[in-house]
Amino acid sequence: MISNIEGHGHHISKQFNLELEEIKNNMLEMGGVIERQIADAMKSLLEGDTGLAAQVLTVEDRIDSMEVNIDEECSLILARRHPAASDLRLVLAIIKTVRDLERVGDESAKIARMAIKLSEEGEFSQGLVEFRHLADSVTRMVSGSLDAFARYDAEAALEVVRDDVAVDKVYASVMRSLITYMMEDPRSISRVLNMLWALRALERIGDHAKNVAEHVIYLVKGMDVRHEKLADVEEQLED
Amino acid sequence: MRKVDVSSVLGASAETPEGLESCIDVSGLNLYYAKDKRALNGIDLKIPKQRVTAFIGPSGCGKSSLLRCLNRMNDLVDDCVIEGSIEIDGEDIYSKHVDVADLRRRVGMVFQKPNPFPKSIYENVAYGLRIQGINSKRVLDEVVEKSLRAAALWDEVKDRLHDSALGMSGGQQQRLVIARTIAVEPEVLLLDEPASALDPISTLKIEELIHELKRDYTIVIVTHNMQQAARVSDFTAFMYMGDMVEFDATDTIFTNPSKKQTEDYITGRYG
Repeated sequence: MISNIEGHGHHISKQFNLELEEIKNNMLEMGGVIERQIADAMKSLLEGDTGLAAQVLTVEDRIDSMEVNIDEECSLILARRHPAASDLRLVLAIIKTVRDLERVGDESAKIARMAIKLSEEGEFSQGLVEFRHLADSVTRMVSGSLDAFARYDAEAALEVVRDDVAVDKVYASVMRSLITYMMEDPRSISRVLNMLWALRALERIGDHAKNVAEHVIYLVKGMDVRHEKLADVEEQLED
Repeated sequence: MRKVDVSSVLGASAETPEGLESCIDVSGLNLYYAKDKRALNGIDLKIPKQRVTAFIGPSGCGKSSLLRCLNRMNDLVDDCVIEGSIEIDGEDIYSKHVDVADLRRRVGMVFQKPNPFPKSIYENVAYGLRIQGINSKRVLDEVVEKSLRAAALWDEVKDRLHDSALGMSGGQQQRLVIARTIAVEPEVLLLDEPASALDPISTLKIEELIHELKRDYTIVIVTHNMQQAARVSDFTAFMYMGDMVEFDATDTIFTNPSKKQTEDYITGRYG
């Protein structure tokens, strides 16, 4: 497998180098904004900080415009430069990653909205431990996938894909226990549902981080591993 | 795990060169233009039948030399020595028994600059048949029309078949040369930079024509225009300094080549 993906800095056209560097940097900058937004959304829910939650909601517009700008830069590169091989894969991976990041932003906003609702409904502790646990996991996944992108590290990306399996398990288990709780205490349904929505948003963030990791594997190895079983992916990456 | 495969979108098939019947079988080919000047180093290549194969690589890499070996055009170069073998449909074309004129009928060639004869459009296309001794007007009329239609030129010239070919545009002249080549029913078409002297619209017409012609012919094209190789060919061979670096499906070469040298060349990192 070719491994000259480490740099775009060696084109005969220096301008092309700059353009590729720029879209990558812009994407990573967007990733940084998203990481901050996730952290704030989680904190607002765990600490009942509605002010912080409101602040999270204001970042959405900025993220949307970053997505639009990066997409436009990518389409200009496609039109002007006709990139091939790893350059083509870089542009495609960025287009896809930006879309997943934007969705992560949407999910963070959902958590912030749930934080506001939950704090309006008063003291509530069901699911908080699991929320904290899942929040830590998906935060690590998002950072891990962006780091893997920055370093073109397919191994690190595979780690993120593995983590998603654990996240899905925790989510399934907490959902079962919260459903049981609602059956036992129907007065809590409204609050538990809000908590479930927030947990669901975390699980979705994990899925998007996994998607980003898959885009990294595509970028580095040229292999499309979406919809593949984890064991198959691991086997192929070893070859 | 799938390799990246854009074939479903592009309507091409995910074929590999090994999986197809080959038309031209090159093995261990060395070419020397002088004793110490080796232009090709042990080329092994199986060119699939009724597909378009493109040779790409920087100037001087040997792609045109290799192309010219396929119909023995290098015989015309003094001191040129060839080792190894080239078989077309299982027949060694460098064998003593091969009639070179007949070989060049079977393996037609089109060059960078259109080279119509200073004759009428009709006579240009009929030329190959006339030198074979075919003079029947009925046969010639039929072949001229068929060839011009196959070269996507008929509708443009049918009312002026007896005008001089030199009055045509460059793109039309190049299609006329292709019509002249296919009039003698070759098996293989060698195209050496067939569109590099043409404007973009004429280039697209030639590319469209190549796409049509591969149903009946095995086509080998040398091009400096990588986007052109990506657009028209099913298989791409990347050559460098007389070596065959990589030969694979065009889809693979342009999305995920396996050699770093290929990657560097097609992404413009060379030099």
